[in-house]
Amino acid sequence: MSGANGMVLALDDVGKEYAGGVMALRGVNLEVPACDQMAVIGPSGSGKTTMLTILGTLERPTSGTVRVAGHDVGSASDNELAGLRAHRIGFVFQSFHLQEYMTALDNVANGMLYTGRPLHQRRDAAQVALERVGLGHRMTHRPPQLSGGERQRVAIARALAKRPAIILADEPTGNLDSKSGGEVISLLHELASDGATLVLITHDPTIAASFHRRIRMHDGEIVADEHE
Amino acid sequence: MTSTAATLPAEPKPSGPSADTARLPLRELFGAALQGLRTRPLRAALSALGIAIGIGAMVAVVGVSASSQAQLLATIDALGTNLLTVSPGTSFSGSTEVLPDTSVPMIGHMSNVLRDAAIYQVPNATVLRTPYVPSEETGGIGVDAAGDNLPQVMSTSMSSGHFLDSVSGRYPEAVLGAQAAATLQITRADGHVMVYLGNTWFVVVGIMKSALLDTTLDSTVFVSLPVAERLFQVARNPSEIYVRANQNDVIGVSNLLAPTADPQDSSGVSVSRPSDVLEARAAAKGQFTTLLLGLGAVALLVGAIGIANIMVISVLERRAEIGLRRALGAKRIHISAQFLTESALLAALGGIVGLGLGAGATEVYSLAQNEPFVVPLYALVAAPTAGFLIGALAGVYPAGKAARLSPTEALRA
Repeated sequence: MSGANGMVLALDDVGKEYAGGVMALRGVNLEVPACDQMAVIGPSGSGKTTMLTILGTLERPTSGTVRVAGHDVGSASDNELAGLRAHRIGFVFQSFHLQEYMTALDNVANGMLYTGRPLHQRRDAAQVALERVGLGHRMTHRPPQLSGGERQRVAIARALAKRPAIILADEPTGNLDSKSGGEVISLLHELASDGATLVLITHDPTIAASFHRRIRMHDGEIVADEHE
Repeated sequence: MTSTAATLPAEPKPSGPSADTARLPLRELFGAALQGLRTRPLRAALSALGIAIGIGAMVAVVGVSASSQAQLLATIDALGTNLLTVSPGTSFSGSTEVLPDTSVPMIGHMSNVLRDAAIYQVPNATVLRTPYVPSEETGGIGVDAAGDNLPQVMSTSMSSGHFLDSVSGRYPEAVLGAQAAATLQITRADGHVMVYLGNTWFVVVGIMKSALLDTTLDSTVFVSLPVAERLFQVARNPSEIYVRANQNDVIGVSNLLAPTADPQDSSGVSVSRPSDVLEARAAAKGQFTTLLLGLGAVALLVGAIGIANIMVISVLERRAEIGLRRALGAKRIHISAQFLTESALLAALGGIVGLGLGAGATEVYSLAQNEPFVVPLYALVAAPTAGFLIGALAGVYPAGKAARLSPTEALRA
């Protein structure tokens, strides 16, 4: 499910201006083919997260066109974008955003809540996903009973259980030590190579080096697009 | 759009125009709303308390008045609904008619009349404790002559002493109605207390309990008919005849009473059934609770505002959760529906608790008053339903606020 030119994500001259006149993005052009894996690096305030929220259809650009999985975000309704997120996009956040009162299994099953699939199907898929991230023995644990690395793996399972076309990760290792951070990144590489496009924001040069494509941002612009 | 198998290797959903829609089945909606309540049980309990108190107050008001009403109806049943009253009517020209002196024996001979008792007004007689009291200060007490079976027919009894008997037919003896005794401040009828009735001292031989079927008897002093005839020249034209009819033929007897009492002019006879009046009064008693219900409604309003307040705070605190849900594919309407449902369930819970509180209060009241315990059936449905609707109303603003939150703002919070 990609654009006519085979691109699953496409930004064309995209700008984003926030109230107060802050230009978070200016003239960004980006094309990501299906199944590509890409790191976004740059200093704080360079517009990385803004670009990710626009790619994830959580925000609309103030100028330019955005195409996500073949949909023109500018002309799509709020409800169409919600449907896109429910079925095609998986988010991984720096602070996990797990619900503390739910077990790992329910957190992952809840990731598919808005797909309309019945609970037993979601539970089954959640179980498979948790086993794949190596947490088959932690399904009934709640987030406070899990380590940081384990929590992020639950969050990854949540993003991946619905088999999205696009995985967007915003500094997923930001709250983790380097060892569990490394495990999380290799897990993301491995799972995404199963057929999803991965866009990942990071500060860590070592992590960036594990990607064959790196986008460098500065002051809301893409200053380098490195391919290996 | 072209489908590439590589992008979506194991897509389980059928493709089609609706394949990419975000959906939230009703069951999941309730699950999400309940989850919101379960995670903050203390807060949920406190905010539902306002609704519980409001609903509780209303249920108690309705329950207490229904209980008193049931009590009144039970009393009426105990007194009997087969009592009929015959009295002189008002003529076409407006003057009061007179019942013929034959009316009492005629009615006594009717079939299906079980018992009857007549009273005869003693005009211009006053009852005083002493002759030194000005005769105008009657305290509203009237004097009637009565036969000895009046208490039996009226289903009332004596609180002190005895009713008029054969001795009373020869000597000046008087029996006081309950209210008359209270007005005259006489509490005991032991043969030593006398009242100055007309120009004669009468010994008080008895005090009656209240006659619920005709409370005008309560403010009356009774003397025997022979004494009344001798001392006050009372004519044998009854001012009231009380008739106990066979329970199976009350209507039939009622229809025949007027022509029997005065065959010449039955239109001058008025027949009534006191229990009908009392039942109507019992039904009307429920209507006096409007003010109290209004107070309950104010409590409900305050409760609703409390819930709206808590929900607004809850929305602000849960921006991260809302952002996550939007990222997971929730539409705005899913978010607002979740908070609306949460608010409605919270208040419905309050309604159920309030129903319990109100029923409990009614139970305590009815035990204390020795009345039957009655909570109207409709309250069982109305209490939670009212809570649910009020909660939904209170949730409109917070739910709208939640839906309008920008998902990214929520995620950064």
